[in-house]
Amino acid sequence: MVVGGKTLRSRLILGTGKFPRDDILPAVIARAGIEVVTVALRRADFHASGDNLINYLPENIILMPNTSGARTADEAVHIARIARAAGCGDWVKVEVVADNKYLLPDNQETVRATEILAGEGFQVFPYMGPDLMTARRLVAAGAAAVMPLGAPIGSNRGLRTKELIRILIDEIDWPIIVDAGLGRPSEAAEAMEMGAAAVLVNTAIATAEDPAAMAEAFALAVKAGRQAHLAGLAPTRQVAVASSPLTGFLRQEEERA
Amino acid sequence: MSFYDYYQGLKDLNWEELWAGITAGDVERALAREALTERDYLALLSPAARSFLEPMAQRARRLSIQHFGRVIVLYTPLYLSNYCVNRCLYCGLSASNQIARKTLTPEEIEAEGRAIAGTGLRHLLLLTGEARRHAPLGYLVEAVKLLRPYFSSLSIEVYPLETEEYRTLLREGVDGLTVYQEVYDEEVYAQVHPAGPKRDYRFRLEAPERACQAGMVSVNIGALLGLNDWRREAFVTGLHAAYLQDHYWATEVAVSFPRLRPHAGSSFVPTVEVTDADLVQMMLALRLYRPRLGITISTRERPELRDRLVMLGVTRLSAGSSTEVGGRTTADKGEAQFEVADRRTVAEIYQMVLRQGYQPVFKDWEPLAG
Repeated sequence: MVVGGKTLRSRLILGTGKFPRDDILPAVIARAGIEVVTVALRRADFHASGDNLINYLPENIILMPNTSGARTADEAVHIARIARAAGCGDWVKVEVVADNKYLLPDNQETVRATEILAGEGFQVFPYMGPDLMTARRLVAAGAAAVMPLGAPIGSNRGLRTKELIRILIDEIDWPIIVDAGLGRPSEAAEAMEMGAAAVLVNTAIATAEDPAAMAEAFALAVKAGRQAHLAGLAPTRQVAVASSPLTGFLRQEEERA
Repeated sequence: MSFYDYYQGLKDLNWEELWAGITAGDVERALAREALTERDYLALLSPAARSFLEPMAQRARRLSIQHFGRVIVLYTPLYLSNYCVNRCLYCGLSASNQIARKTLTPEEIEAEGRAIAGTGLRHLLLLTGEARRHAPLGYLVEAVKLLRPYFSSLSIEVYPLETEEYRTLLREGVDGLTVYQEVYDEEVYAQVHPAGPKRDYRFRLEAPERACQAGMVSVNIGALLGLNDWRREAFVTGLHAAYLQDHYWATEVAVSFPRLRPHAGSSFVPTVEVTDADLVQMMLALRLYRPRLGITISTRERPELRDRLVMLGVTRLSAGSSTEVGGRTTADKGEAQFEVADRRTVAEIYQMVLRQGYQPVFKDWEPLAG
């Protein structure tokens, strides 16, 4: 998968906010073959020498700092700039959340932040409520991908917004990454079968009894779902071509002409 | 319209009758519901819920991990000044008490800040008594400016301010406000606050709303436990938190459950005993009622209890606390507001949280100002 100017083999992105210890991150990342992790800048401490999660991430990992805590586009832009200045690279996951009860994103402010940051050369991954027009505006604004939520963050409720995400996948010719709400590997597989480009998971892995094993389970599910999506396309077409009894008479007519 | 108006509808309830009318069946129904109503919250605070603490704890733990992760944010208080013009019966800083008074100088503020930052902490709570002459807004601004380089989150627990004053502090880099109503019952409030500007019940009650209107990132409220029937106070505290959550979505709302502690210069005896089980019941009921509310537990509580509470839904713990002015670095320190019960160092608290299977977090905020 090529996204944000990088080629990725893994389509599972890991959120890092809820782990019982940061020192288990290397094992989780290794076991699931994770290439991209999102880190809340509010949690990252670039000055701390010891126990800070930044210090536990492998050298070659792709960092996707997120703007958790931002309530407006301007705050998100501010946080993204700090992250880049701190050496986190060009990727940023824009989270603009002014609702602390459900942590649902503010789509309008998200579009505005995406526009500003894409204009400044960031690879912007906006977290959004699955709405078709917002997705179109995000793509037009220069987003590297669109990240609709499957269910509220941390809810483990699965693909509650399935119908809306399906529309985004069908209509938007750009990577759709399902973020938030996926509670089980089977739900990640379902998103991938539908044609999502990738999924982002935090709570379900971080709060599992064995996070590394759960991360691997998600990685396998993502692979299976992706393969099913790819495998599914070809046979459907073959069947349609092989027999078309309803319009067969038209061909005979053409032959006569 | 403010929470004060909302509260008018609550204060004349017949509490005794309410509590007595709640059955085990009501508690079971509350526990079976996915989203709890005010009525359910009341049921979970009732005497009938006392035999359901274990199932409540199981659910509270699950909800807390789901919403906040296995994460506990650590912070510490820094007392800037213990001058106070109020005469609160329960407080060591009361103007009626003959204690050593002190306001930190800029040099002392920085020395304390450096000492605290040296322990790894990045979240700081600044406290003063209520004495605008000794610690005016300008003094708070100066303290914030001095401390900003050392900390990523600065909260204040000072006398109630006007909206514009909260805005000023936000611009300088304050992100959190802690203000306890102490006691929601207006009559008890008048009894325990016999003199001083704190007598203005409503100005204090509406302080969190003014802070939210100013754009405060987080607001922490609470009732001082021991001044009035705890069930009733816990219920109103929860409704106050819910009111803030419903009206000011952008602000993170948290609740503390501070129990009265012994302090210098007073023979005030809490009028109501609040046991460990009471405290646990309040915490669990609140978590089940509003799963996204933060819960803060200070060093007012004993180490053995704090260790247990970590697993029941706490989101923030204070560590390495001193309630004296200049208690960490100065020789002529000002006397304490109350006695700290958990005297463990930051490093000890850090290890304790890890042992409980949770991640102690020093930094959970990135300053937005400036």
